[in-house]
Amino acid sequence: MNTMLNLYTRRRIVNAVGLSVSVLAMLFGLFWLCWILLTLLDHGLPALTPVVFAQMTPPPGNSGGLLNAIAGSVMMTVVGTLIGTPIGILAGTYLAEFGQRGWMAPLTRFINDVLLSAPSIVIGLFVYEMYVVRVKHFSGWAGAFALSILVIPVVIRTTENMLRLVPSTLREAAAALGAPQWKVINFVTLRAARAGIITGVMLAVARISGETAPLLFTALNNQFWSSNMSQPMANLPVVIFQFAMSPYDDWQKLAWAGALLITLSVLTLNILARVLFRQSATTH
Amino acid sequence: MFTHETRLKRQAIFDLLFRSLTRVCAFGVLALLAAIIISLLVGSMPAIHAFGLGFLASSDWDPVSGKFGGMVPIIGTLVTSGIALLIAIPVSFGIAIFLTELSPRVLRRPLGIAIELLAGIPSIIYGMWGLFEFAPLFADHVEPWLNKHVGALPYIGPFFSGPPMGIGLLTAGIILAIMVIPFIASVMRDVFDVVPTLLKESAYGLGATTWEVMWQVVLPYTKVGVAGGIMLGLGRALGETMAVTFVIGNAHELSKSLLMPGNSISSALANEFNEAVGDLYTSSLIELGLILFFITFVVLSIARYMLYKLGQREGQAA
Repeated sequence: MNTMLNLYTRRRIVNAVGLSVSVLAMLFGLFWLCWILLTLLDHGLPALTPVVFAQMTPPPGNSGGLLNAIAGSVMMTVVGTLIGTPIGILAGTYLAEFGQRGWMAPLTRFINDVLLSAPSIVIGLFVYEMYVVRVKHFSGWAGAFALSILVIPVVIRTTENMLRLVPSTLREAAAALGAPQWKVINFVTLRAARAGIITGVMLAVARISGETAPLLFTALNNQFWSSNMSQPMANLPVVIFQFAMSPYDDWQKLAWAGALLITLSVLTLNILARVLFRQSATTH
Repeated sequence: MFTHETRLKRQAIFDLLFRSLTRVCAFGVLALLAAIIISLLVGSMPAIHAFGLGFLASSDWDPVSGKFGGMVPIIGTLVTSGIALLIAIPVSFGIAIFLTELSPRVLRRPLGIAIELLAGIPSIIYGMWGLFEFAPLFADHVEPWLNKHVGALPYIGPFFSGPPMGIGLLTAGIILAIMVIPFIASVMRDVFDVVPTLLKESAYGLGATTWEVMWQVVLPYTKVGVAGGIMLGLGRALGETMAVTFVIGNAHELSKSLLMPGNSISSALANEFNEAVGDLYTSSLIELGLILFFITFVVLSIARYMLYKLGQREGQAA
C-alpha cells in the first residue's frame, strides 16, 4: 500500500514538474517576443519622426530620412510579388489539379518544400551569378528577382493546400454542367480557394519585406532617390544593416526607425493574413 | 452542329494550353533548383580547382596571399546551429505541450499566434536587438558567471572560458535558438494535434497523468514528425544570415571557447562578398555558399521525408 502511494506521489510530482516546465517554456518564448518588441518601440519610436518619410538617406554623420529606402523596398517587394505570385499559383494549381499521376508532381512538391526553407543568402548568390554578373552592375531588378524566388515556394505551398480543401463535388458539379477543365479550375476551384491563396501571398509579402540577405548582392544600396529599377536601389533592410553597424549616432537612430517600421509592417501583414483567413474560414 | 464541334475543339485546346502552362510553371521549380546548383558549381570552380577537397579541412583565410579554406565558417555554422537546437528542442517541446494540452481554450489561439509572430520578426531585427540589447547584458551578467562557474569544470570548461565580450558563437547560438523555437514548436504542435483523441483518452482512462500521456503516448506516436520538425528548425538555423552576422564577431579564427568571436558561412558571405577582390576570393565565398546549400538541402530533405512519413501513416490510420 505504502509503495503504491509512493509511486502515485512520484508520478504526480513528475507530472507537476513537467507541466510547470512547459508553462515556463511558454513564458520563455513570450519573454523574448516582448523584450524584442519593447526594445524596438523604445529605440524606434523617438526616432520615427515625419522627417524619416520626407528626406533621403543622409551621408555619414548627418541627419536625414529613409524615403528612398522605403520607396525602393516597396518597389522591389511589389515587383517581386508580381513576378512570383502568378508562377506560384499556376505551379500550385498543377500540383493540386493535374498532379495525381506520374513522378513529376511528387518530386516538384518535395523540391518546393525544400526551397521553402532554403537559405535566402544562397538565393542572393544565385541571382548575383545569373544576373548581376551578366549585366555587370547591381540593380533593383536583380533584387526583385531574388525576392520573387522567395515568393514562389510560399505561394505554391498555400495554393496547393487551399485547392485541396475545395470539395471535389464542386469540380464535379461544374464538369457535369459541361464546363471544360480550364474553366472549372479558373472560375470554380481557384475562386473557392481565393481567400486562402490571398493569405499565402500576404504571408509571402511579409516574408520578403524583411529579407536582407538576398538583397545584399543584388540591389545593393543607393544613397539617393532612384526609381530606375536598372540601377542599384536603396532598400530598408540593407540600409538598416549598414546604418546599424556604423559608428554614427544619426545613422543608428535611423536604423532603429527603419527597424520599427519594417517590424510593424511585417507583423501587421502577418496578423491581417490570419484574420482574413479566419473570417473566410468561418463564413464558408 | 458544326459550330458546336469546333467550339468543343477550341475548349479542348484551351484545356491543353492551360494544363501545359501550369506544368511549365511546376517544372520551373525543378529547373530553378538545377540552375541554383549549376550556377553555384560554376561560380566555385576556380576555388575547387585551386584547393580541391583541402578546402574543407583548411582554416586559412588569407585574401592577401590567396589562401582560402572553409573550415572556420563551416564549424561556426555547425556549432551555432547545434547550440540553437540544444536550447530550442526542449523549449519547443514545452511550448507545444502547453498549446495542445494545458492552455485554456480562449488563450490557445492568441498564444499560438504570438509564438508564430516570433517567427515573423525579420532576422535583421534579431541581429540589431542581439547586438545592442542582448550582447551587452550577456557580457555583463552571464558570461562572467559562466567563466567563473563553468569555466573551471573539467572537459567542458575550456568551451566556456574566455573574455566576456558578448559577441561570439554562444551569443549567436542563443539568438538562433530564439529564432527557430517558433518553427519547431509549431510543427510539434501540429503533429501533436494529429494524435487520435481516442488514444489519448484511453491513456487518461487508465489513469495516466498528462505528462505520461505526452511522454509515453503522444511522443512515441509522433516521433517521426517531431524529428522532422527539429530538422526543419536545423535547416533554418544553418542558413540564417543577418541575425548571426550581427553577433558572431566575424573572426576567421578557430577557437575552443564558445565565448570567442567566430564566423559562419552565411555571415562570411554577407560581410565579405561585396568587398571580395579577385576571382579566387569570390569563388571561395561561392564555394562556401554551395557547401551551405548542400548541407541545408540534405537536412531539409530528411526533415520533409520524415514529415511525409508521418503524414502517410496518418492517412493509413484514418
